[in-house]
Amino acid sequence: MASVYLPPGFNFSNEIRNNFIGDKGLHLPKATSTGTTIVGCLFKDGIVLGADTRATEGPIVADKNCEKIHYITENIRCCGAGTAADTEFTTALISSNMELHALSTGRKPRVVTAMTMLKQMLFRYQGHVGAALVLGGVDATGPHLFTIHPHGSTDKLPYVTMGSGSLAAMAVFESGWRANMERDDALSLVKAAISAGIFNDLGSGSNVDACIITADHTEMLRNVEMPNVRVQKERTYTFRRGTTAWTKESIRNLIVSEEVTPVGASDAMDTTIDETHEGITAKKKPLMSLTQHDFNCEQTRLRIPSILNIGIPVLKPPYVRPYFHLPSSAHTDLVGT
Amino acid sequence: MDHFPTNWGRPRHDGVDAYGTYPIPQRPSNTPKDAFSAGIQRTQQPIVTGTSVLAIKYKDGIMMAADNLASYGSLARFKDIQRLQPVGAHTVIGAGGDMSDFQYIQGLLDELIVNEFTAQDGHNLGPAEIHNYLSKVMYSRRTKMNPLWNAILVGGIKDGKRFLSFVDLLGTTYSASTLATGYGAHIAQPLLRTAVEGKEDDLTEEDAVKILEQSMRVLYYRDARSIDKYQIAKVTVEGVTISESKRLETSWSFAEGIRGYGAQTQ
Repeated sequence: MASVYLPPGFNFSNEIRNNFIGDKGLHLPKATSTGTTIVGCLFKDGIVLGADTRATEGPIVADKNCEKIHYITENIRCCGAGTAADTEFTTALISSNMELHALSTGRKPRVVTAMTMLKQMLFRYQGHVGAALVLGGVDATGPHLFTIHPHGSTDKLPYVTMGSGSLAAMAVFESGWRANMERDDALSLVKAAISAGIFNDLGSGSNVDACIITADHTEMLRNVEMPNVRVQKERTYTFRRGTTAWTKESIRNLIVSEEVTPVGASDAMDTTIDETHEGITAKKKPLMSLTQHDFNCEQTRLRIPSILNIGIPVLKPPYVRPYFHLPSSAHTDLVGT
Repeated sequence: MDHFPTNWGRPRHDGVDAYGTYPIPQRPSNTPKDAFSAGIQRTQQPIVTGTSVLAIKYKDGIMMAADNLASYGSLARFKDIQRLQPVGAHTVIGAGGDMSDFQYIQGLLDELIVNEFTAQDGHNLGPAEIHNYLSKVMYSRRTKMNPLWNAILVGGIKDGKRFLSFVDLLGTTYSASTLATGYGAHIAQPLLRTAVEGKEDDLTEEDAVKILEQSMRVLYYRDARSIDKYQIAKVTVEGVTISESKRLETSWSFAEGIRGYGAQTQ
């Protein structure tokens, strides 16, 4: 079994291989600060963090309402710009380590601890972990606000912006920030800065999230401003029942014979046997029955044996699993059996 | 393969580019040459550069702002350059980018105005005409792969109608009530848009000066190739006025209490 001991210092053993491949034309991807506007602002009582809610995949909007303000500890939050997976996993890892650290030291966690953990990890990866973070929180030593760049450098400032919309947001901050602002002023400044990013930067969009952290309380304001609500569609586009004509309807019951076998009783589950359903899923109705359409002639409804439905969570109407989407004339069939 | 039978059996003649193989500047020609022509190069990169120019429409006309710096790379070389230029009685242009190309453009526009004046036909060139002329010049230079490396804002008011447009080294043109070139497009444009869009007819001169000054201040904070000395040009029905150089008031004490960049406390 190979040794797990890693000698101290950097490991450059892949350098020659990477340079060779680079000369052949396949270069390592550069760390980019991708579509986002994230900001942090120090005010009289603590920190206000802000973020937009657009996640992009190149030119496409992948998520119209994602959450970029991540939880580190109760009184520390971190906004993440850059590669989404990197920011999510990095902040989750440090959050977990902070919890363990707090338990080990017996003290409330501090912002500089999270900052040191993040910067040491990011530097170790030499910028390949594309996470550009705005870390803010209030701890026993007071409020702190840091930015952490993908290569591991940190800055300590009273107001910071990161991401592709950072220039637009920073312009608003430079115009409007003063020391010792009130909570409402700070929140409206953050909202204005994120809005500047949303409307002037193509990589940012949708809604504004904010998080206000003070010494005794953290308030997460999800979608505090929604300046891009979709207009209501002018008409409904569903098909009326009977759009597809059928000439014959026959219903076949696939359950020929039913034998109920209760499996592993526990306190949490209700194991009473219901006549119409079986076993453990007694209190849950099966998801749906598949309806088959022979478009030329018959409409045949099939009832699947309930054995296929065990463990499938129930969805209330009108939500339908995408791969079971069927024309609306089948909708009533999808509501239990 | 040489298709011309008269050339078969004869030495190859390189004085003629029969198939247009060489690009235009390199084709053999027998026009008289001077000693300088061998050293002609096309603009590959701007050398002495000006940074952003900002412009907005307001109630009485157009206002444009630009700082007084021409940088030589990262050196702040010429700190008293005027990058705003009146053209005729109705127009002002402001340019960022290569300053030598801007001086050439100033010469072209001078010639244009003088010719228009001497024609004495009762017509004057307005901002729309100046912008149109410049856009043709810029695009034709771009097609010859020898651009004038500038981003120019053209603003003015003629017959009561305000005009504000942009033209750049590629020949791209567009028009809006707030415009900015260079870093100003990223930093100042969000501020200008929130302040001006929708309110062009209500914005007073005072407010317009304030918003431009604020934007120039933010640019001085965040653009590493700017200085705190700038001028504002105003075009109204009365004519074009370019102000004296103003100095920006800046505040750098925002992080007085902060020590270090991370865990340091002293």
